[in-house]
Amino acid sequence: MKVICVCGMGLGTSILLKMNTDKAMKQLGIDADVDAADIGTAKGAAGQADFVLTSAELAEELEGLPIPIRVINNFMDVDEISAAITDVLNLEQL
Amino acid sequence: MTESVAPHGALSDLLPASAVEAQVEATDWREAIRASGDLLTSTGSATPAYTEQMIAAIDKFGPYIVIAPGFALAHAQASEDVLHTGMSFVQLARPVSFGHKTNDPVHLVVGLASKDHDAHMEALQQLAGFLSAPKKTEQLRSAADADELRVLLGLVQGYE
Repeated sequence: MKVICVCGMGLGTSILLKMNTDKAMKQLGIDADVDAADIGTAKGAAGQADFVLTSAELAEELEGLPIPIRVINNFMDVDEISAAITDVLNLEQL
Repeated sequence: MTESVAPHGALSDLLPASAVEAQVEATDWREAIRASGDLLTSTGSATPAYTEQMIAAIDKFGPYIVIAPGFALAHAQASEDVLHTGMSFVQLARPVSFGHKTNDPVHLVVGLASKDHDAHMEALQQLAGFLSAPKKTEQLRSAADADELRVLLGLVQGYE
């Protein structure tokens, strides 16, 4: 499984999100490849990823991507991230 | 040798004690960002132009850098205005609004100037540890002065 964490520049906030997404994946027992990227890179890489995690502001910019996008409000909240991941995976299983 | 900054520096390597300020007065988010940028400039991490780039990034992308309740991670793209990878820490005397839907108002602003993707990983990880602990966050918000912040952030030597 491949996940992209997106922020405007791809070097600050998205890296924090990536770290906590790694933690969430470990807690959920999912083997995932989590990358941090800026918006432009994310648009290009979306074809190879399963879903995107980002902030509300940037989710609007990413609308139209062919994969699910989930908004994370608190990048420090591993539980919120876990819930978003679970939500995406449940959708895929339907 | 302690002069050089390790490429994968801990928070204490990338955040100089002099880049920590408490009880900073800011009337809006631009002033709050500017305070964090001024500290990056005065400690030699970035040029004043970098501060303007941090503000421009918010004008362009919105307040997404407010990534947790009360906390903003101010930064812009790596550019020639980043002189070396470093951070700053500002505790605001009164919180300001960034226009974020869920995480306003902001009490703490960390400024980040980074040469590349990896240099600040360890420092960010430490910071994330602090910010995911509610008690620590509260202590950082309510610290009376910069010395108290330095102890909370683990920047002061001799405690271990």
